[in-house]
Amino acid sequence: MATALMTAPAEISWVDRLRAEGAEGQAAVGDLHALLLRAARFEIGRRAAELPHLRGGDQEDLAQQAADDALMAVLRKLDQFRGESRFTTWAYKFALLEAAVRVRKRAWQGREIPLEDEAWNAFADAGAPAGRGAEDAELFAALREEIERSLSDRQREVLVAVALNGVPIDVLAERLGSTRGALYKNLHDARRKLRAALAARGFRVGTGGEEEA
Amino acid sequence: MKPDDKRDAVLGRVLGPGAPELSCEQCFEELDRYVELSLAGEAADARIPGMRAHLDGCPACAEDFASLRDLVTQEGD
Repeated sequence: MATALMTAPAEISWVDRLRAEGAEGQAAVGDLHALLLRAARFEIGRRAAELPHLRGGDQEDLAQQAADDALMAVLRKLDQFRGESRFTTWAYKFALLEAAVRVRKRAWQGREIPLEDEAWNAFADAGAPAGRGAEDAELFAALREEIERSLSDRQREVLVAVALNGVPIDVLAERLGSTRGALYKNLHDARRKLRAALAARGFRVGTGGEEEA
Repeated sequence: MKPDDKRDAVLGRVLGPGAPELSCEQCFEELDRYVELSLAGEAADARIPGMRAHLDGCPACAEDFASLRDLVTQEGD
């Protein structure tokens, strides 16, 4: 087809190429995989410090796995690409997510989720004698009470692990058989309850109009 | 870290942004557009309300944002 032959490859839309039959479609899938692999390597490279014992070959394996899964996700969701960003930016996010989740899980492999007690030490350190004195001590004491009293077991578990102990939410989701989105909803609900409880006790904590949202 | 910084950091992590925010799924959906708007100097926060608050409240999504921003920036260099 004369028109297609005259059009520079970069100007042919990714979506059209990926939907093409035969050799053109296969070539597009190959190009997409290469692009996703570049993104996965980028992510794993910048997170290498989290995996000090991982050798180069293992890092490459992680990148390949992330690119493979990202390729499947992109092809599955191709109809959802709305053209509101460049295709490459849209596709990159799938590879970066797959790579980041793999690194977080690998970094926490075999590690226990920290116990609640450990979190309270950091909490006390931050609250008690620092900066604003007695007012802060009261605030942190009230906050700790409300965490125990106002939250459901699941909300408390997620809040303590993610917000206090720094457990990556993807790692916690895997351990609890849940998803990032579902656990963040738990965390969000817990935070909203705590702000409301503290405000009811006279502490000035911003709600930013969230209750009206 | 100064005592006040530590205090604010702990309170920020526990109480969150306290503003209307997107969910993680909505954040992922909008991430590419938000990154490109941000890098173009456009009013990304006004165009995608709730994104900034979510990135302030969700460490994992904030990392995903930083990675995509940095990769796109690097590719554009």
